[in-house]
Amino acid sequence: MSARTYELIYILKPEATEQEVADLQAQVEGIVQRLGGSIEKTEPWGRRKLAYEIGKHKEGFYVLHVIQGSGELMKEIDRRLKVTEGLIRHLVVRVDERQQVAERARTKRQEESRRRRIARGLPPDRQPGEGPQRDSDDDADLTYEGVDTEA
Amino acid sequence: MAFGGRKPSGPGGRGKSAAGGDKQGGQRRGLFRRRKVCKFCADRIDDINYKDVKLLSGFVPERGKVLPRRISGTCAKHQRALRVAILRARQLALLPYASD
Ligand SMILES: [Zn+2]
Repeated sequence: MSARTYELIYILKPEATEQEVADLQAQVEGIVQRLGGSIEKTEPWGRRKLAYEIGKHKEGFYVLHVIQGSGELMKEIDRRLKVTEGLIRHLVVRVDERQQVAERARTKRQEESRRRRIARGLPPDRQPGEGPQRDSDDDADLTYEGVDTEA
Repeated sequence: MAFGGRKPSGPGGRGKSAAGGDKQGGQRRGLFRRRKVCKFCADRIDDINYKDVKLLSGFVPERGKVLPRRISGTCAKHQRALRVAILRARQLALLPYASD
């Protein structure tokens, strides 16, 4: 089975010590290694305010891992984290499929741009000195104008 | 070089005005203008990331409900992806739940 990519985010209690954060990371790394995966990235976001209270907590310590591995591996991590003390919440999200879809959309757009350029009698790829990227003159109308937040 | 064809009729052009009955009597009110195009199509955001709180929060007004398409102008495809991303962000307390 080809490796999948997941993001794992967990939220520790805000009063978690550096040691506790490190211990949990080591625990996750241990499971990943044992089950033949690999950690691509570890990104501690640190303490931040929760958008709503969870239990009595108003803040949490966030950590993100990007993990390559099997569904079984992630299930095991999920199982373990569910019974880990000092953890407010965690979430596992598969991201490789989403990234592939985005990649395909990008490719399709590039192909379309090339097709349009050819139709206009231009070389398919942008040439040096053509100025800033702009594959449609309509772009100015497509800018984001913000959302009416008054409602 | 007018090109592209799908130009969303210039300022003052009306989209599907029937939706929502147009209580506000037009597209503009104060500083805010009704967006006519899907932001994600326009900005070529192929991947609506649940971690991008700044982006997502623009689609979750104070009450915490997801902004409906008729107001935000988001296309159906991106609205679906947006909902998923918002759901995840909520699970992680990055965004509030609807506070009805
Ligand atoms: Zn769209």
